[in-house]
Amino acid sequence: MRLGWKAYQQDLGANPIEVITHATGDWTLRFLLITLSVTPLRKILKQPWLIRFRRMFGLFAFFYVCLHFLTYIWLDKFFNVHEMLADVVKRKFITVGFTGFVLLIPLAITSTAGWIRRLGGKRWQTLHRLIYVSAIAGVIHYLWLVKADRTKPLEYGFILFVLLAYRVVVWLGARFVQKGALRGELLKPAKTLE
Amino acid sequence: MLIKKGSDIKWSEVTPQRTYLDRRKFLAGMAVAGTTAVAGLGVRNLISPSVVRADGGSGLAPIQGLQKSPFSTTEKITPFKDVSNYNNYYEFSTDKYEPAALAKNFRTSPWKVTIDGHVKKKQVLDVDEIIKMASPEERIYRHRCVEGWSIVVPWIGFPLSELIKRAEPLDKAKFVEFTTILDMRQMPGQRTNVLDWPYVEGLRMDEAMHPLALLCFGMYGAALPNQDGAPLRMVVPWKYGFKSAKAIVRIRFVDKQPENTWNRSAPNEYGFYSNVNPHVDHPRWSQANERRLGEFFKRPTLMFNGYDQVASLYNGMDLKKNF
Repeated sequence: MRLGWKAYQQDLGANPIEVITHATGDWTLRFLLITLSVTPLRKILKQPWLIRFRRMFGLFAFFYVCLHFLTYIWLDKFFNVHEMLADVVKRKFITVGFTGFVLLIPLAITSTAGWIRRLGGKRWQTLHRLIYVSAIAGVIHYLWLVKADRTKPLEYGFILFVLLAYRVVVWLGARFVQKGALRGELLKPAKTLE
Repeated sequence: MLIKKGSDIKWSEVTPQRTYLDRRKFLAGMAVAGTTAVAGLGVRNLISPSVVRADGGSGLAPIQGLQKSPFSTTEKITPFKDVSNYNNYYEFSTDKYEPAALAKNFRTSPWKVTIDGHVKKKQVLDVDEIIKMASPEERIYRHRCVEGWSIVVPWIGFPLSELIKRAEPLDKAKFVEFTTILDMRQMPGQRTNVLDWPYVEGLRMDEAMHPLALLCFGMYGAALPNQDGAPLRMVVPWKYGFKSAKAIVRIRFVDKQPENTWNRSAPNEYGFYSNVNPHVDHPRWSQANERRLGEFFKRPTLMFNGYDQVASLYNGMDLKKNF
């Protein structure tokens, strides 16, 4: 939106297409990270209603990645399929970015309530764990494309690491609790993990 | 060995008609200049009556008595606003839009330049003395960044060879090394370790002596803006932009190939030569095309950025290996 306004004002600087490419890429990553922070936030802050926004954030991320991809195929490659294929094969930052994009497609398609019903909650959830891979791919894509200054991709990487680490901790905790419960031990550790 | 068969020459490598016509213009100009010189009016005729100026007051000191150059292109000049607001100048910031503001108060006077190494005349000169060494020329050059964008800039300077001749290099001098100022206080980017500071670049002696290699201290009819490398920089139009060192404080004549900063940072991506070459890709992107700032479609990148006259410097060299 801001981008559109700036473009309208002809305020996108000396190289508008570069600005558009970078801005859409940045917003994809930001929305992926926002999407991934919904669950930790709603659990830690005990605000279950936050879940209602998760789909919207995820679809925003998908919207921006589509713009980002469109910028690439249109404004950078001008639909030159040969050049694009060469890029995907030869340039690993494009390979990994493209992978991240492709993995988001099924998630966007199955984002409706109807699809959740059809797949069943459990399977749907498993499928949507692809967002982890996608987000990791996105950060690597950024990390591999910068010339020398890795500050920004590493910032994204750090946030992603924290968000994923939270899930690992929760998962390990749950397993520990389960085992403990099976052995008939006390459930004390579970409290610290809430 | 890079031996090209006739069929290997692509249309993109052929000297553009414009350049070809320019050459004729150059020859015609020479003839005219020659005859008028006989009449005792030659010099006047060569002095440019209309120099390319920055649109809107840039506030920088104008440079008088500029001569036009036969090396200038007739292509459309990139607006001053773009050239002075879109800068790859990591000493200030890795963001291209930031150096303009961050370099605002950069002190370019007094400014000393050390000339040393294998030369007869080792000396420390004030930049003003250097600027006065030879008469200033306006050179409208294409400038191609390794990232895939390009601009057309009316630089002001004189051939580096003028300075080299005066320094009287010894036989041992095989390369020229340029060092950018190291001043963390004034250059916030140098407080980070994005690159190894100070920035170092270099040219082989014959490259440095080539008439196209410009020692530059102005653009658009006036002094260089700080964010464009003031007070003294190199412009080597047939190489990627990063080969043209900015804010130079030392010009050293050496016997070994200098270790240039970007090569040290990523040796597989940035070579010492870094000639503009559409056939040698950067490992992470193609160099076949470029986006001229202000244009929507990309245009094909030309070998040596269209400066074919330098080709003989690299006879017998494998430019894929010596990228």
